[in-house]
Amino acid sequence: MDDLYREVIIEHYKNPGFRGHLEPHDIQFEDSNPLCGDHIEITLQTAEDGTVKDARFDGHGCAISQASADLLIESIIGKPVEDVKKLTKQDILDMLGIDLGPVRLKCALLSLKVLKAGVYGLGEASDSLVE
Amino acid sequence: MSLNINEIRKDFPILQRETSPGVSLVYLDSTATSQKPLPVIEAMDSYYRRSNANIHRGVHTLAEEATTMYEQARVKIAKFINAKSAHQIIYTRNTTESINLVAYSWARANLKAGDLVILTEMEHHSNLVPWHILYAERGIELDFIPVTEDGLLDMDAYRALLLRNPKLVSFTHMSNVLGTINPAAEIIRLAHEVGAVTLIDGAQSVPHLKVDVQALDADFLAFSAHKMCGPTGIGALYGKMELLESMPPFLGGGDMIKEVKLRSFRPNTLPHKFEAGTPAIAEAVGFGAAVDYLSSLGMENVAAHEHEITEYALERLEEVPGVKLFGPSAENKGGVAAFTLEGVHPHDVAQILDQDGIAVRAGHHCAQPLHEKFGIPATSRASFYLYNTKDEVDLLVNGIYKVKEIFG
Repeated sequence: MDDLYREVIIEHYKNPGFRGHLEPHDIQFEDSNPLCGDHIEITLQTAEDGTVKDARFDGHGCAISQASADLLIESIIGKPVEDVKKLTKQDILDMLGIDLGPVRLKCALLSLKVLKAGVYGLGEASDSLVE
Repeated sequence: MSLNINEIRKDFPILQRETSPGVSLVYLDSTATSQKPLPVIEAMDSYYRRSNANIHRGVHTLAEEATTMYEQARVKIAKFINAKSAHQIIYTRNTTESINLVAYSWARANLKAGDLVILTEMEHHSNLVPWHILYAERGIELDFIPVTEDGLLDMDAYRALLLRNPKLVSFTHMSNVLGTINPAAEIIRLAHEVGAVTLIDGAQSVPHLKVDVQALDADFLAFSAHKMCGPTGIGALYGKMELLESMPPFLGGGDMIKEVKLRSFRPNTLPHKFEAGTPAIAEAVGFGAAVDYLSSLGMENVAAHEHEITEYALERLEEVPGVKLFGPSAENKGGVAAFTLEGVHPHDVAQILDQDGIAVRAGHHCAQPLHEKFGIPATSRASFYLYNTKDEVDLLVNGIYKVKEIFG
């Protein structure tokens, strides 16, 4: 089992490096997973060269949702925003290093959904962003 | 008489399965849906093998048999809740559809802007959203009996609400999260004193307690087969005869009519007036078999067994540091233990328990407002039925200790 709860996940859940809220920010977006009440907010500052200058996530939820948010934020700082737009479900699963069933997949992908809705400047986060 | 649980467990083939090699299923999610005993599975299997035909109006042997089986099940269900007549049992898809039937038919014919409907803060979404829709469409008013800190309805607040002359009081008999068994007879008596009609959401009570509609003086009672050993896809609405007779049809189509012209129709008599289209026939047969099964055990015995398990579960769970239980003490509670574990999200609790074959539910259990009231997004919920044992409670508690270990 302990596959699903690999140390890296528990560690990022308990001691996240990128939890917080940036003020001021250039991009802000939040959304919830109605099934379990997971909630993620992402704030992001962009640099003039089109890269992510800094980013933070905030929210609450299960270990999978919070750890994947922390890993995701860690991975995008310094990256071109255009690359962030191209992130996929598989990138998240690779970071987590686990396979997930359909229910838990929603937990894992919430932060990516929020991030992409934010960088694309969308009004609403849609599941199609992470498929 | 106390139940022989080992014998009962043999009736449920699914309880013999493993969730992964060497890991036996520990099914603690009967509040979501119960497992099905062999007599139910076999009745439905035999219906399809021997008797399948569309019901009513057919004159051939199979149509006669299918119609008889469909209607016999209705008689059994009526008897199970002590309805005066089987005509008072309307087949629906489930509790949700039963409540919607009342909201679409009775309420639209009887409620106008400003009329008050009283609900409670512990309702399942199925007894909230139909009334939200009517609120938006018609401007009815909604108010709610508050839930106290220990998970009971505030009956003084209810008495105060009744001074505003509600037209309808619609409430859950047993909370699917807190397990609270509400004082239905008293709620109904007080509502009747001010002339209000009552609707009981019996999704959790009918499977677990002896529910007698005449003793309760219930106006409407909604319940589902799948939570009481029967199949999914079928439920029932009980109503007082004069109410059902006065109500306009809900869905239009075949079987609900007496006569159809190109531009008009005359509705059929009860219960068919509310059963448009080909119904869930095999499911009705299964529903009847489920009621037979529960009756053969005796609902008093089922309730007594669940009470014993619940008392034990609450006692064991309370010992675990970091576990917080929601809802009243065992005396006012059905077989439900909703809890949080400090520092661990309910989803993670459920996921880790699943690795040991233990099936519990995590989330807001379709009662989001109730969770908001208690200031939590979600809980883990273990629920117990006639086939659960104290050993399974022990496995649950061991599993929770394992969760604590992983999350250190």
